[in-house]
Amino acid sequence: MKTFAYSRAESPEAAVAAGGRFIAGGTNLLDLMKLQIETPESLVDISRLDLAKIEEREDGGLTIGALVPNSDLAADPRVIAGYPVLSRALLAGASGQLRNKASTGGNLLQRTRCYYFYDKATACNKREPGTGCSAIGGVNRILAILGTSEHCIATHPSDMAVAMRALDATIVTLKSDGDRRRIAIGEFYRLPGDTPQIENVLEAGELITHVELPTPPKGEQLYRKVRDRASYAFALVSVAGIVSVEDGKIASAALAFGGLGPMPWRDPAVEAALIGQAPSDAAFAAAADALLKDAKGYGTNDFKIPLTRRTLIASLRELTGVSA
Amino acid sequence: MQFTINGETHDVEPDIRASLLDVLREHVGLTGTKKGCDHGQCGACTVLVNGRRINSCLTLAVMHQDDDILTIEGLGSADNLHPMQAAFVKHDGYQCGYCTPGQICSAVGMLDEVKKGWPSHVSDKLDSVSLSNDEISERMSGNLCRCSAYPNIVDAISEVSGLTPAQKEAADA
Repeated sequence: MKTFAYSRAESPEAAVAAGGRFIAGGTNLLDLMKLQIETPESLVDISRLDLAKIEEREDGGLTIGALVPNSDLAADPRVIAGYPVLSRALLAGASGQLRNKASTGGNLLQRTRCYYFYDKATACNKREPGTGCSAIGGVNRILAILGTSEHCIATHPSDMAVAMRALDATIVTLKSDGDRRRIAIGEFYRLPGDTPQIENVLEAGELITHVELPTPPKGEQLYRKVRDRASYAFALVSVAGIVSVEDGKIASAALAFGGLGPMPWRDPAVEAALIGQAPSDAAFAAAADALLKDAKGYGTNDFKIPLTRRTLIASLRELTGVSA
Repeated sequence: MQFTINGETHDVEPDIRASLLDVLREHVGLTGTKKGCDHGQCGACTVLVNGRRINSCLTLAVMHQDDDILTIEGLGSADNLHPMQAAFVKHDGYQCGYCTPGQICSAVGMLDEVKKGWPSHVSDKLDSVSLSNDEISERMSGNLCRCSAYPNIVDAISEVSGLTPAQKEAADA
């Protein structure tokens, strides 16, 4: 690990004024610092800031402090009651020890687990811009089929962020000039294009302070994750689904996907294919067609295309009570 | 830097980069906590910080100066075993023993999480948790055992949790 200057921030305002890299749970950042993939010159410890509360808002939504650990968020009675898709997504990720440490803000900012991003002997445009992408043409079974570019096929690894994408969460930040920003999660992440090292719209020194959830959505909620082990593994594909059925027709649908793209993936065409339809395998297949219209396999991850189709259809059957 | 470990205060001067694990082992001499992968994947380094189980390899020591740190040495001793240690001995919950301190600290933290009503990935209902062998396996998935003593580890934890064989079966059914 490269050495660094360390300071402990006493307030969010002091943290953004300090001008270093923020560390909270540290479970992803320190892992990458040990491998010298991340080499910050200064760390600003934000772990003691008063941002670890979950509060109900007057409009019926929930405001989650950026430092709320993943464990506490998953077990919060208000999250369990109103947003079970979020609890289920959190509990499907990592291990008990990691969830106790990992923060809400940090989880949103996790880096990819692409083998080549981690292996400094290989080319990676995300790790070292301009060097190329060893994953394209390499072993890429865990990597993306949607939203890729010729420069990067990494996936975003978070489960939590997938549920938050389906829930239309808003990310609240404090900028280094003291201004606050509210960013819809759908506007937060960036496609890789030719700058895969830039993963989101945060400016230098901008601190995530809270995540806001709107009022609990109506309908059934589900998080279905398909992975190589039954526990403690990243998603090959995951679905966060919220669907309501009224008078025999799908009245609302929010579907977000993990393991498929460089960001928690959501495509309005998938939901448009469902709304107004009677729940049926034909409607579900049309939704899968819409999702996978532009899907591109890179060899060893080709299997993700049929796997995603089957996982989405199974999820929609469960959400609407249609049997196979 | 000053640390409170197993109820005692320790003043040490580690490198700023030192993990909590390295401070425990190299500076305080508490070598019960083991270094396995050093990347938060194996759980051998699990300790309890303010009562919560965490991977001590994946956290900077400097961030824990005001915390209450409990290691396997603080949990029990050879003459006065913690109930979880006694259960691991009784059920032969290890072979080489390298993962054992982490398994035991993790199990103690895990049962406290169950007591608080925290659900897991395999819980049918998120708001009413009942322990079973499947629950124990899921909740302990962050602790690897290369000797694969898993069945005996689950038996040991199950005994300490107070699960009777009938409850285990009922919950697993």
